[in-house]
Amino acid sequence: MNLVESYKDDLKLIEKPWTRCWVALLIVGVILFPLFGSEHFVYLATLIFIFSIGILGQNILIGYTGQISLGQAGFLAIGAFTFGHLTKMGVPLGLCLIGAGCMAAVFGVLVGFPSLRLKGPYLAIVTLGFGIAIYQVFTSYEVLSGGRMGMVVPKFPALFGLTSEVSMYYFVFLLCVIFLAATYNLISSYIGRAFVAIRDNDIAAEVLGVNLTNYKLLSFAISSFYTGVSGALYGMFMGFLDPQMFNFSETLLIFVAVIIGGLASVEGALFGAAFVILIPQLLSGYNELTPVILGVTVVIIMIFEPLGLAGRWFKMRLYWRNWPFR
Amino acid sequence: MQLLTVDALTVRFGGISALSDVGFTMDDREILSIIGPNGAGKTTLFNCISGVYQPTRGEILFQGESLLGLSPDRIAVKGIGRTFQNIRLFNNMTVLDNLMLGRHIRFRRNPLQAYLRIRTEELRHREKVEEVIGFLDLQAYRKMRVMDCPYGVQKRVELGRAIVMEPKLLLLDEPVAGLTAEEKNRVAYLVTEIRGRFGLSILLIEHDLRIVSRLADRMVVLNFGQKLTEGTPAEVQKNPEVIRAYVGEEA
Repeated sequence: MNLVESYKDDLKLIEKPWTRCWVALLIVGVILFPLFGSEHFVYLATLIFIFSIGILGQNILIGYTGQISLGQAGFLAIGAFTFGHLTKMGVPLGLCLIGAGCMAAVFGVLVGFPSLRLKGPYLAIVTLGFGIAIYQVFTSYEVLSGGRMGMVVPKFPALFGLTSEVSMYYFVFLLCVIFLAATYNLISSYIGRAFVAIRDNDIAAEVLGVNLTNYKLLSFAISSFYTGVSGALYGMFMGFLDPQMFNFSETLLIFVAVIIGGLASVEGALFGAAFVILIPQLLSGYNELTPVILGVTVVIIMIFEPLGLAGRWFKMRLYWRNWPFR
Repeated sequence: MQLLTVDALTVRFGGISALSDVGFTMDDREILSIIGPNGAGKTTLFNCISGVYQPTRGEILFQGESLLGLSPDRIAVKGIGRTFQNIRLFNNMTVLDNLMLGRHIRFRRNPLQAYLRIRTEELRHREKVEEVIGFLDLQAYRKMRVMDCPYGVQKRVELGRAIVMEPKLLLLDEPVAGLTAEEKNRVAYLVTEIRGRFGLSILLIEHDLRIVSRLADRMVVLNFGQKLTEGTPAEVQKNPEVIRAYVGEEA
């Protein structure tokens, strides 16, 4: 048992000593992973970390603020191509990533404006249009997309005597941890509370003094920043950019991952990313089945566990916490 | 100076006049009750004062400043808190978080502190919230999701959420509707206690006339969007027009 003795104890990121232990174990495990995992598994893990950043961003928007958006691929593309152009200009890597995120955030705010008026499915349609428009713009204008052959992006440099792939793995893992921790902090702060309030009851939130305009746009900006960074990392990971990588199926993949991982849950982003990346791998012999499996999973999750894998995980923890009592 | 002045307020939805030429004033630390049959325009009046609707015509002055054209969040900052007739809580948040959201306008807001988990502000406001939790007897429900709380508790949480804003004027839309007789008495007691303890003025909509006449200093009676009369509870209850509106014509 842990007793909360002060209001300060109530605000801790990790409340129980046991949780600390297994989180530490998990981090050590992830750090040691490239030593005994094969190259292919490192590749998959890197992809999971990259995706979970974008999914995390969309979860802030869809799960916490309740603004259904289908423009993810657009933000991924903006982030990725901004990153591509910036690296060509010789800007340092860190600034490139921030630039990619900020550019996506600017477009996020622009797309956010309709959200001040539109709700639910109507907003989804507007953002869907945005995603498709961005895709079309990148396919039509070779200046932006780097031409017919796509744009070559330099891969992550090999550091500390590791291969480029393993260095990238550690770098992306570090970023993922930073984004996860920052999001936990954000969600438990006054901003996160305002987001949830807007989702649960926007009129009441407004009457209590939450400025709907500011907070909805802020949510769009933050979520597209995450998605933009995720897109940039994806481009760097692939070493190559092509508008075809950011078509509508990418949007759906992220949307499905948000739902399967668990709406309004930070760790759900990791679960969702792992799910949508590992399932096609498990079924690599039957690639045509992947969309079916993802679709059926969403249906099953919506019926039996609306909070997704994260909800199931939470219930399991609750069960073990009280074990052997029920 | 009057705390709140409503003058010639008119609200039209298409051809329907929800309110026509309603006017009254309210003093500091007064409990003023708005009564009237269903559809009389009471909630519309509240929605105008809290900025959810914009009136077609008329003027609302709060501490000498006009509230017309302001968005609800600006009005909240000016010091008007309200509750809703059909509870509008944040269902997926805990009771504590609901109350903390009530402190939103009092927060010194800094996104960097939010991201870096610097929670001095949070702790400062938690003290105030805990005071209200104690006052409303919500200790046992602090960490429960609002959705899982019983109706009576939800009503109290909504009341608490408005109180922690530390408004100067509190708008209560049917605070005792749907409660048991015992809970009604308790809320009625709370309403007078809130005025004494937090020094607020309260504008109250209520159907339970027995409780209203015990609580209110003055009453305004609305019927079909028009003001019938205004006065102390005793005066209003004797007014033949009010009796006609409520009970109907004598045969």
